[in-house]
Amino acid sequence: MSASALLNLNQVTMKFGGLTAVNNVSLAVNPKDLVALIGPNGAGKTTLFNTITGIYKPTTGRVVFNNIDLKKTKSSDIAELGIARTFQNIRLFKNLTVIDNIKLAKHTRIHYGFWSGIFRTKKFLLEEKKIETECLKLLALFGLEHKKNLLAKNLSYGEQRKLEMARALGSEPKLLLLDEPAAGMNPTETKDLTDLIHLIRDQFNIAIILIEHDMKLVMEIAEKIFVLDYGNLIAEGAPKEIQNNPRVIEAYLGVESEDKS
Amino acid sequence: MDYYLQILLIVGIFITLTLSLNLINGFCGQFSLGHAGFWGAGAYASALYSVYYALPMTNSLNMLLALIVGFIAAALCGLLIGVPCLRLKGDYLAIATLGFGEIVRITITMTEKVGGPRGFINIPHWANIYWVYTIALITIFFMFNLKRSAFGRAIISIREDEIAAENMGVNLFKSKLFSFIIGAGIAGMAGALFAHTQQFLHPSNFNFMWSVIILVMVILGGQGSVTGSVIGAIVLTILPEFLRFVGGTISEWRMTIFPILLIVLMMSRPEGLFGAQELRWRFKKEKA
Repeated sequence: MSASALLNLNQVTMKFGGLTAVNNVSLAVNPKDLVALIGPNGAGKTTLFNTITGIYKPTTGRVVFNNIDLKKTKSSDIAELGIARTFQNIRLFKNLTVIDNIKLAKHTRIHYGFWSGIFRTKKFLLEEKKIETECLKLLALFGLEHKKNLLAKNLSYGEQRKLEMARALGSEPKLLLLDEPAAGMNPTETKDLTDLIHLIRDQFNIAIILIEHDMKLVMEIAEKIFVLDYGNLIAEGAPKEIQNNPRVIEAYLGVESEDKS
Repeated sequence: MDYYLQILLIVGIFITLTLSLNLINGFCGQFSLGHAGFWGAGAYASALYSVYYALPMTNSLNMLLALIVGFIAAALCGLLIGVPCLRLKGDYLAIATLGFGEIVRITITMTEKVGGPRGFINIPHWANIYWVYTIALITIFFMFNLKRSAFGRAIISIREDEIAAENMGVNLFKSKLFSFIIGAGIAGMAGALFAHTQQFLHPSNFNFMWSVIILVMVILGGQGSVTGSVIGAIVLTILPEFLRFVGGTISEWRMTIFPILLIVLMMSRPEGLFGAQELRWRFKKEKA
């Protein structure tokens, strides 16, 4: 366990009753890393994300972020520490406008008090204005600026995925978790997404962990890959190493039966 | 004249009540069916104060204190029911709050000191139309500005998606409890106004039917819309009275025509009159 790492999972196990979804996983992610987490369906990738973001508390083991043990951290305090995520099945605030979706990400960065908001004091107005400018900047980066007053549910699927990413970035994270961002996208959109992820990493200087089934995308952008299978971490390394790792191939394609006789 | 004044009073009280339920139901998305319970708790608590424990002060100051008593009593009920019940969701929460409303009503019926089943009489006439509409305006002001501040946004995000809201750093339990306590408290103030304008309270004023009627006002106006709640309260209070005067068959069948109008409206505008939107000119007016 290195002290310089941004995120450290130390022998994390997550059990649901008799089912072990994540088994004794240890891994480290450094600041500004762009890593991918892959594995067959049901391997425990999303469960691992949920453990990191505090939706689940690990049965045993520790999650350490920025040298803070997340054991006692409430799920709602994780955002303030600097972890943001997107969801496998998009979870936008559908009946709110695009800009309000992003403004909500600023929730933990708000300093004015409750009554300040009710009486619309100068402090409130100034801060809201600042937030609005920041949110518009973020929307511009994702090419959604002209749609700021649309309801989130009226965006196209690709735009909704983008908005969810923009919202996650709005909370000013140090670590961004992307859960299958390319799911349901066509090749052109996937290509755009690849560029976008690069852009995010360079502009915001943050670490990104990506769950993805699109191997082309993964091999192209990930600097390091972790492979999960039945909750176990079976391999980690550079994309080239992973491609040729026999255990990974076995997990994805199965092993040839030997007793044919 | 008294008749029209009475309708105006009821409209004002229901504007406050509908807004307070809109905070719980429309903003926060928590399905509460016990709102008449909060209303009743506030009404009876404030009347208890004014009949038995009133301080030797001017009527206005006493009324102010009665409003505070009503607010606190109902807010305490909100806290009491909120802590255990807010872990429930949707239909389950609705049933739990429905049970709470009935507990309040039956407790009142069983309490001899407040008149029990005979009703609570001799409540001083401290409030008037000005009191009613001042409180309504304060509530409108509060709700409008809450909606446009970070705290309101956080509450609304819970209605939209709890998991995403929590992920953005919204403390679900605190925000839900806040809307429950404040929503209940405002309903309690509406109760205090009701008690001190009507001078008589009866447990049947606060039964389950009234929770439903307040809910219908919220939904008809549009969940999450402040303007909608105001209009919903006005329309649903005045419409049945208006039908009374049309004359002939319509007047005789007014309590049948009224629900039919509701059905038609809900079929043509399921999101309510205003959806979650507001009237623009209202913003300007509020600021002034």
